[in-house]
Amino acid sequence: PHAGPVDSKNEAAMSELVPEPRQKPVVPMKPMGINTSLLGYIGIDTIIEQMRKKTMKTGFDFNIMVVGQSGLGKSTLVNTLFKSQVSRKSSGWNREEKIPKTVEIKAIGHVIEEGGVKMKLTVIDTPGFGDQINNENCWEPIEKYINEQYEKFLKEEVNIARKKRIPDTRVHCCLYFISPTGHSLRPLDLEFMKHLSKVVNIIPVIAKADTMTLEEKTEFKQRVRKELEVNGIEFYPQKEFDEDLEDKTENDKIRQESMPFAVVGSDKEYQVNGKRVLGRKTPWGIIEVENLNHCEFALLRDFVIRTHLQDLKEVTHNIHYETYRAKRLNDNGGLPPMTAETEENHESNL
Amino acid sequence: PWQNEEKRNLSLGGHVGFDSLPDQLVSKSVTQGFSFNILCVGETGIGKSTLMNTLFNTTFETEEASHYESAVRLRPRTYDLQESNVHLKLTIVDAVGFGDQINKDERQVLPIVEYIDTQFENYLQEELKIRRSLFNYHDTRIHVCLYFITPTGHSLKSLDLVTMKKLDSKVNIIPIIAKADTISKSELHKFKIKIMSELVSNGVQIYQFPTDDEAVAEINSVMNAHLPFAVVGSTEEVKVGNKLVRARQYPWGVVQVENESHCDFVKLREMLIRVNMEDLREQTHTRHYELYRRCKLEEMGFKDTDPDSQPFSLQETYETKRKEFLGELQRKEEEMRQMFVNKVKETEAELKEKERELHEKFEHLKRIHQEEKRKVEEKRRELEEEMNAFNRRKVAVETLQSQSLQATSQQPLKRDKDKKNRSVITANQPGVCLSSSKVMITKTNVEPLNCTSWWQAIQCCSCLVKSATWREGFL
Repeated sequence: PHAGPVDSKNEAAMSELVPEPRQKPVVPMKPMGINTSLLGYIGIDTIIEQMRKKTMKTGFDFNIMVVGQSGLGKSTLVNTLFKSQVSRKSSGWNREEKIPKTVEIKAIGHVIEEGGVKMKLTVIDTPGFGDQINNENCWEPIEKYINEQYEKFLKEEVNIARKKRIPDTRVHCCLYFISPTGHSLRPLDLEFMKHLSKVVNIIPVIAKADTMTLEEKTEFKQRVRKELEVNGIEFYPQKEFDEDLEDKTENDKIRQESMPFAVVGSDKEYQVNGKRVLGRKTPWGIIEVENLNHCEFALLRDFVIRTHLQDLKEVTHNIHYETYRAKRLNDNGGLPPMTAETEENHESNL
Repeated sequence: PWQNEEKRNLSLGGHVGFDSLPDQLVSKSVTQGFSFNILCVGETGIGKSTLMNTLFNTTFETEEASHYESAVRLRPRTYDLQESNVHLKLTIVDAVGFGDQINKDERQVLPIVEYIDTQFENYLQEELKIRRSLFNYHDTRIHVCLYFITPTGHSLKSLDLVTMKKLDSKVNIIPIIAKADTISKSELHKFKIKIMSELVSNGVQIYQFPTDDEAVAEINSVMNAHLPFAVVGSTEEVKVGNKLVRARQYPWGVVQVENESHCDFVKLREMLIRVNMEDLREQTHTRHYELYRRCKLEEMGFKDTDPDSQPFSLQETYETKRKEFLGELQRKEEEMRQMFVNKVKETEAELKEKERELHEKFEHLKRIHQEEKRKVEEKRRELEEEMNAFNRRKVAVETLQSQSLQATSQQPLKRDKDKKNRSVITANQPGVCLSSSKVMITKTNVEPLNCTSWWQAIQCCSCLVKSATWREGFL
């Protein structure tokens, strides 16, 4: 079967009317669909395999931030997620140590490998968040850190001689830990999520979910969802970025039923029914972390790691980063991003 | 303040699940689709379109290209191919008219270089935009250039060398020997060696199949040794044995396209599509495009400063340059405006001057005219006085005569004579007493006479002519 596009004679004719010094190279036209009623196999689909091999060779970066008041089990959860000691648990504040006046940002990187896939995982901890008496603006250092990573990336991207692979330190995912009060979200929670949901993918989780019964859990989740909606907080996966109907239905289900995930974390193993499982041992039973009847850890893990990891990175790159970049370039009237130093110089020059 | 600790290798206590990451990545790419752009460069009729048809198992419509193109032009055509769940946007760009001109100079290559650069430029423009959508962008950059070598059996033509040299830093070049069924095996072997050595000695960098990945290193290095591929293309099918294969049928035998002992078509397909398509795309993006971008930006005057000092951001220098340029424009505009204003002033002054002069002249003329008038008036008065004096004398004489004639009786005749004399006297002075002042007054818009007094005017020829006009007007 023949198929083919109209030749670009028209464009040539047009260029005659408006004389050009040199022949203008023709812009590629709209693609013609070809039904490759294949006489044989071409091999185009091998590109998938080629691509896979390449990405496995280069490896992946993933940066996850955990935010929440101390004692909510952040470090434990991250360790459980990645089944290794990626985060060092803080032992709480001794009487000798002073409570930090501001939120600290601690980023720790590890290289983990599984099934031939190398991942450079960075866990960004935020000790001190919500721990002060006066917690006004405690999200600011976090927002600043996130923007600084965008800034770093932008600077690299804008260089003339660029690195082959720009190191990606941007925060791909922010797990926000909600205290399981059973009542509603606290003002601090709302404020934080309102500010940060615009710059980073926020995944709210209900920590220490083993303190709630099933009914309490369901009610709490509903209330939290309602409150988030009422306050206009778009957590990941954001509705507006659903790519197609398939995505939408899948994500709708997650958004409206599963999230926020009520999780329990543990790095200790116990014997249950002849199997070794991660769990928490209490006088009244062993809470199995990976048991869906007990808590939603497995859902969180599958969601973040097994199905949406790449999407988290892409939304960060294609949307949050682009928004930052556009804003930065627009604000300066097309001028480049400024660091703190250049800003000072600029002000002193004014 | 935050600290970055050293990245440590950690071992996992169980199955985490991120080994699905490549699949996640790939499935995203699959939904987005891929682009692949091939540039075919070779003489008209060498078999480019046939080869494309054979490679992709389909007939891309092409009318046969004419041999009489006036210049090389590039003709891109995009097709949507699909195989299992993979969508490929394939663009085949033909360099039509290449090698056909009588004068095979650099003008053959320039349109090709320009086309390649334009695709880079378009991508760069998109990348530099403030609001951009790179992940949606239809990549039109050329990923591979198939250079078709004429199967002379001797060596490369100088046009081949010149072209490939110009293109090797801009695109991945895979040289192929076209219509390989016209060369015998032994000739082919020698031909290949000759070509490769010529390429090396002329410093032409053709695309090397990558050998750093163990999975494909072996096959790639083997293939590297077979370059340039000697190919035969055909979309016709011939029955060989009990199978229909793509082949070319000759009286002396059948050249089977997919038979590796007949030609290297299978090798080409393997390398181009099944093994290295992704690498070709990556090389285009990370090497050729980056080189273009760097050169372009440096050309525009930007540079990265050394890592110690403040990194010069691209946009910053761009913006500074833009401001400079705008400032320059403004300055030029000011200059021009100033110039214009000055010119206007000048012209105005000139006009005023002229006006003044004119006015002066007018005044001067008016004065002359007044002068003339005055003189004429004077003359008239003199004349009148003379007349009056004469008349008085006449009267006196007449009274004397009449007194003397009282003795005689010849009075009535004399009176008549006098009357006649009187009228003769008035008639002898043509129009001057009566009409002179009139003439002078009514016709001021006729050119004034050159002569200063009326008798001169009567006698002067030119003034007579002019005065004729006056008289006409008067009448």
